[in-house]
Amino acid sequence: MATAVKDFRDAGPRVLRLDPLLLLATLGLVAVSVYTVRRSTLGDIPGDPNYYMYRQLAYVGVGLALMFLLSRFDYSRLREWKLGVYGFLIGSILLVYMLGFSARGSRRAIEFPFFNFQASELGKLLLVVALAGFAVDRARRLGDRETTSRIVLLALIPAMLVIGQPDLGSGLVYLAIVLAVLFVAGTKWTHFAALGGLGAVAIAVVLLAAPAAGVEVLKPYQVDRLTAFLNPSTNPDDEGYQVNQSLTAIGSGGKTGRGEDSTQTELNFLPEHHTDFIFSVVGEEFGFVGAALVLSLFALLIWRALRILTMSKNFYGALVAGGITAMLMFQVFVNVGMTIGIMPITGIPLPLMSYGGSSVLTTLLAIGLLQSIHAQARETAVAKGL
Amino acid sequence: MYLDNERRPTLTPQLAVRVAIIGGIALVAFAVVFFRLWYLQVLSGDKYVAEAQNNQLREIKVQAPRGDIVDREGRVLVRNRVGEALKLTPDKLSDDIGERRELYRRLGRLLGQRPRAIERRVNEQFNELQYSQATVKQDVSRDIVMYIEERREDFRGVEIEPVFLREYPHKEVGAHLFGYVGEVSQDELDDPGYANVSMGDRVGKAGVELEYDQFLRGMSGATRVQVDALGNLTDYLKRRRPKQGRQLRLSLDLDVQRAGQEALMGGTGKGAFAVMNIANGEVLALGSQPSFDPNLFAKIVRESDYKRLTADETGAPLTNRAVAGGYPTGSTFKLVTAVAALESGLITPDTPLNDPGELTVGDQIFKNAGEVAHGVLSLRQALTVSSDVFFYQLGRDMNREGMPLQHWARKLGIGRETGIDLPEEGPGFVPGPKWRDREFAKFERCKKRTNPTPAEIAMGKCGWQDRPWSVGDNVNLSVGQGDLAANPLQMAVAYAAMANGGKILRPRLGQRIENSAGQAQQQLEAPTARELKVSEEHRQAILDGLRGAASAPGGTSTPVFETFPVEIAGKTGTAEKGGGRADQSWYVALAPWPDPQYVVAVTDEAGGFGADTAAPMARRILAELFNVDEQQLVDGGGPSD
Repeated sequence: MATAVKDFRDAGPRVLRLDPLLLLATLGLVAVSVYTVRRSTLGDIPGDPNYYMYRQLAYVGVGLALMFLLSRFDYSRLREWKLGVYGFLIGSILLVYMLGFSARGSRRAIEFPFFNFQASELGKLLLVVALAGFAVDRARRLGDRETTSRIVLLALIPAMLVIGQPDLGSGLVYLAIVLAVLFVAGTKWTHFAALGGLGAVAIAVVLLAAPAAGVEVLKPYQVDRLTAFLNPSTNPDDEGYQVNQSLTAIGSGGKTGRGEDSTQTELNFLPEHHTDFIFSVVGEEFGFVGAALVLSLFALLIWRALRILTMSKNFYGALVAGGITAMLMFQVFVNVGMTIGIMPITGIPLPLMSYGGSSVLTTLLAIGLLQSIHAQARETAVAKGL
Repeated sequence: MYLDNERRPTLTPQLAVRVAIIGGIALVAFAVVFFRLWYLQVLSGDKYVAEAQNNQLREIKVQAPRGDIVDREGRVLVRNRVGEALKLTPDKLSDDIGERRELYRRLGRLLGQRPRAIERRVNEQFNELQYSQATVKQDVSRDIVMYIEERREDFRGVEIEPVFLREYPHKEVGAHLFGYVGEVSQDELDDPGYANVSMGDRVGKAGVELEYDQFLRGMSGATRVQVDALGNLTDYLKRRRPKQGRQLRLSLDLDVQRAGQEALMGGTGKGAFAVMNIANGEVLALGSQPSFDPNLFAKIVRESDYKRLTADETGAPLTNRAVAGGYPTGSTFKLVTAVAALESGLITPDTPLNDPGELTVGDQIFKNAGEVAHGVLSLRQALTVSSDVFFYQLGRDMNREGMPLQHWARKLGIGRETGIDLPEEGPGFVPGPKWRDREFAKFERCKKRTNPTPAEIAMGKCGWQDRPWSVGDNVNLSVGQGDLAANPLQMAVAYAAMANGGKILRPRLGQRIENSAGQAQQQLEAPTARELKVSEEHRQAILDGLRGAASAPGGTSTPVFETFPVEIAGKTGTAEKGGGRADQSWYVALAPWPDPQYVVAVTDEAGGFGADTAAPMARRILAELFNVDEQQLVDGGGPSD
């Protein structure tokens, strides 16, 4: 057995243990991202048309390097570090509260010389790693209500903290992650039903009862954003403006895109064109063909993530893969849904596509973990002589 | 602990189901997104392309010069002058409200305007039309331009731009006809007739400037620019040159117009005249005195100027008396009475009636002017010598069922608008029993209700009609006295109908629309308003009477016209206005005899006898019309008959 492993190691480069399709989807998306970031920001900084592209390129380069490093690392070790990871998660979010600077009225990042560290972004991955660890610890008591409520509570703490930053989008991603981890872990349907009921009550309280009682849980603009997509033309000046401009950008792309004539992007009608609304840029410049290609790459990504979930050599890997899958899926659908007017504006970036170091690095690290799970599974399979 | 993890089979059936559920959710979500994208991009793509275009394009307007207005010979009556307008460019102004206020203060001192008023006007314009400049003053002097040019840094955002202003080289001559231009109002913008006009454009506000505005207006040019989301200009896309409005040629003859206004100035200074072609209704001259200098209206008119031009003390120079005046017309109305009496069968052209010098109707005695008695006469002589008593009898006898006098007066166009291409026209008024009895009933009710003192009644508290219609009113009307209100143009139309076979013309100033080189583009036709059925015999009798009045011995205007080389027919009128006011003088002429081409109607509000004031004025106009050198006539030692 030992020789077999040795043989395998000698047989070829470790790279082969990576999932090639997952790698393909990843490289494809970051390539489109770098190109689209460049196209959409040509005029944003006078005299420096490539400013954002170079920075995005740097994030992608560092991210890919980290991804390869992480893929060689046995993820199972992370399970032991769950308390440290969770502590770091909570600590970094609290640090943002203390040190964070005010970016457009909200504190979300810690400022470094070349990089603004957005704790809530990395927190997504940290939460997956920590929650999976806690869930595995209680694997025998997964049917208990206590287990479910403990895990939900562990996720609710950071979720509430980032919503308070205010970063509603990341908070929602955290909730999606905890639901996915519980779901993959095998939590009873009745527990999900109960959580659903509680969630409905919570939404009713936050949106209806609390404002009526004079308590402001969500800021008014957050409520506006959440409801603007329902009818964008009623308030075209404010929240509806972004949705309308995004719809115009995507719609005007037609079948094959407007290319150089993408006025919605180039004349800045499209807000946040290199970050939250980068999918609209793709839609305008490359049309249905380009948008469909990007979506196909995401579909490939999610398919491979789910496949890796099923391959995992251990329960912990499955839970981590499930959390990462949910994290990616939720962000893709909410972000794309926002740009095409079927989801509220929540400030969630499009993974691997949106400009921004925290998001790019976090996503590439997450994919690195997936590759690690894949590599470990392959290694185990080979070791077992399969 | 590790054992739990390691021992557990990774892919249990339960996990497989749950992974399948997650995969199912992803599949459904992708399907929804794809269908939505298909709908947006493939099915509605064109709509969004249009929206995107709309987003980025702005038009910056360039004002077009209005078309010129010329007279029938092509002499320029109204043209454009390039003035220097002081404008503010929004994106060059300071963003700081304090600095902008300071700029308004400086401008206010320079222009003599209140800074607050400047700020308000400028903001209004910016709100109406973004990216376009706001005008502070239309026509600034050279000195102010120099002052600003030398201190550019103190006047950031201020620009001096050429603008087209209206200019009237002949000043008072024809002033009432041209009207004036002004900035388009909100009401006008809502009107579909102003579809291609936008805020800040100048359009015709009165006179032919208003009537023919759609031709004179021209097409504003535009520079189409591309802007970004903040409204910053990013590219010039297309420039459409402004197109000057088309030229309007009037049927007006500048010389005749000037002669007419000068003639009126030689009288009491208040009056009006009309000269019209009796075949097609072309107006050769239409004047009103006192007049004004329309150049005042080329810029924004001052409140004090406007007050002065509309005040009674100055004779309200803005009023166009030729079409909006309402006067009793004196004996010139006898033509109407004659038509009514003949056509209603009351008399024939040869019915003899006695004129003993006065006529008693009820308890009223109506006398001839000058206490003369003309004896027995028929219609022709009665017109020639202007026998009042003859027409009194007709008026008395036509005070009957159907009121033929009022009926025919209206048919001839008295008491209704002529339809001339001027917006300022008034209908005038023909008094009748219905009106007077109604007003009297009101008077009675008011008296009963409020029990006024005699002094209050004299002040008109219950209206002025303190008695019902009586036959005497009709007798008064028969000779153009009383409550009748008509203007020279209406009289011209009525007289023209006698000479042109019964056509009631619609007078017309606009002759044709031309390009700026003077080439005709569109003929402006004046359709005849309606045809009167007046027998040839009756018309001829009336014309003969009018001819006699200007040529036969005893004719009322024979002394004025016997020395005139062009033979004419014409009727004097002297309207009593009561209250100690001087009589209003009238003359209406048809020339040349026997085939008249023109009708000339003149009135002087306080000229006294028609033969004394209005007839000589008409002669002066006719002299200009037929190129008679009056000076030579006088030098030549007078008439040679």
